[in-house]
Amino acid sequence: MSATMLTVKELNFYYSKTQVLRDVNIEIPGNEVTAIIGPSGCGKSSFLKALNRLYEIIPGARVTGEIIYNGGNLLSRDVDVVGLRKEIGMVFQRPNPFPKSIYANVAYGPRLHGVKRKELDRIVEESLRKAGLWDEVKDKLNKSGLDLSGGEQQRLCIARCLAVEPKIILMDEPCSALDPIATAKIEDLIYNLKQDYTVIIVTHNMQQAARVSDKTAVFLTGGKMVEYGETVKIFENPENKIVEDYITGKFG
Amino acid sequence: MNRVQRRRFAQATAFALLAFATFLILAIMVGIISFVASQGIGAISWEFLTAFPRSGMTEGGIFPAIVGTFYLAMGTTLISLPLGVFAAIYLVEYSYQGRLIRLIRIGINNLAGVPSIVFGLFGLALFVRHLGLGVSLLSGSLTLAFFVLPLVIRASEEALLAVPQGFREGALALGATKWQSVYTVVLPTAVPAILTGGILALGIAAGQTAPIIFTAAAFFTPRLPDSIFSPIMALPFHIYVMASESAHFAVTRHLQFGTALVLLAIVFGINITAIIIRSQMRKRRRW
Ligand SMILES: Nc1ncnc2c1ncn2[C@@H]1O[C@H](COP(=O)(O)OP(=O)(O)OP(=O)(O)O)[C@@H](O)[C@H]1O
Ligand SMILES: [Mg+2]
Repeated sequence: MSATMLTVKELNFYYSKTQVLRDVNIEIPGNEVTAIIGPSGCGKSSFLKALNRLYEIIPGARVTGEIIYNGGNLLSRDVDVVGLRKEIGMVFQRPNPFPKSIYANVAYGPRLHGVKRKELDRIVEESLRKAGLWDEVKDKLNKSGLDLSGGEQQRLCIARCLAVEPKIILMDEPCSALDPIATAKIEDLIYNLKQDYTVIIVTHNMQQAARVSDKTAVFLTGGKMVEYGETVKIFENPENKIVEDYITGKFG
Repeated sequence: MNRVQRRRFAQATAFALLAFATFLILAIMVGIISFVASQGIGAISWEFLTAFPRSGMTEGGIFPAIVGTFYLAMGTTLISLPLGVFAAIYLVEYSYQGRLIRLIRIGINNLAGVPSIVFGLFGLALFVRHLGLGVSLLSGSLTLAFFVLPLVIRASEEALLAVPQGFREGALALGATKWQSVYTVVLPTAVPAILTGGILALGIAAGQTAPIIFTAAAFFTPRLPDSIFSPIMALPFHIYVMASESAHFAVTRHLQFGTALVLLAIVFGINITAIIIRSQMRKRRRW
């Protein structure tokens, strides 16, 4: 259907001596939502950190293998990491707006990347609109981002991420700190985002994976990816017994 | 005594001891302050605060010493704060946290334990003599800056470590370089705590005698310092001189205590400012 965005080949991930991902192979399609599910500690967050090379700030963390993006291996040494992270944005598990105004939060990325001042207003408004937050905050753009509720903060973080115009958005359990109503809003948002972006979302919530994603990858303890395919198929008719057990809540 | 009684007795004893220690400290502090205040308050007058000493320091005021202490404290802060903050940024944000960094930390902590007179001699050798800065405001500020540097570094390190990791990750994930993430997010978040540490260091610097004896202080200057190369008068040294070196030390008793009272008031004022900033900052912090 849509062209492949990222091809992960034989990815291994280590924290010092401990290996947390083993020979992971996935082709992630563009303009779709791919869900990553699996029990706690199986390496889902580590997987996302490999995709935008955020693992590099963790002492001792290291990867082997390839992640092909735009025809090149994004793990290779000579890749410009700053440019890469502009294209592969990330939303974290705990909302982490900066202790700055709402406006400054959204404008943060564009300012870094040298966007002209007179463009900023437009970018901030557009990004907040896309994140479904504009109407709620348009009269208090100068208030601190930390004054918002948890769900609003998370949408602010999404807007902040959209403002740098990424191609791929990584989300690490973006709703785990939120109530059901805030969660529903973010899920709607994710569903709409895939028109313009490729979304990869880690979640512990099976229903959420089933609701928002097109493809699902199941990781299991030990860092192996055991099954990957259409979400519908994974949830209704998985190939592996162990995946079925996991999805129906027999363990994990 | 049965077991329950024994336990109650142990509990009561421990509590009494701890309470005793706490109240003893409080009592000593109140004792010192009220003693200095009662002995010195009589000397305090408008003239005392605004005039130069006269008649071999047996009359007149301590104005140049107040000004000198103020300049010294400012100079110390101007030198130690940037140095300390840069060092802390390097230690917390940039260095690989290996053995070398542990060694550097141990070094810094040991520096904090070096007696102040040693800093004084070091300043005399390096700044006054070797670099030829002479006995001056500059030499004294540099010496005091090195004296408080371990404190400034440690306070700044703690301030940086208190910045949530999520802020750093958030900035980097948006394509910030390491340095951009530090100066646009981490540092601004840490500034109030760093300033609190800086102000406390300023209070400590203001009260020091030994580091400035050979490097900055003068018995008496007929004028206020007109450049950073002038020797200066300072409150702690002024007390020392009046109490030990002057031929009239008995006559100037009340002046000594008056000076001590002024010094105490300045140091307390500085510390209270730091405490107020810190509590304001805690109230506003929401991460
Ligand atoms: N900074 C680190 N240093 C060392 N080990 C780590 C580090 N971060 C994670 N790990 C370990 O790596 C393994 C995988 O962690 P990861 O955070 O990727 O799991 P996860 O699937 O995201 O789990 P969760 O669902 O609980 O978020 C875990 O066993 C964890 O203990
Ligand atoms: Mg995780």
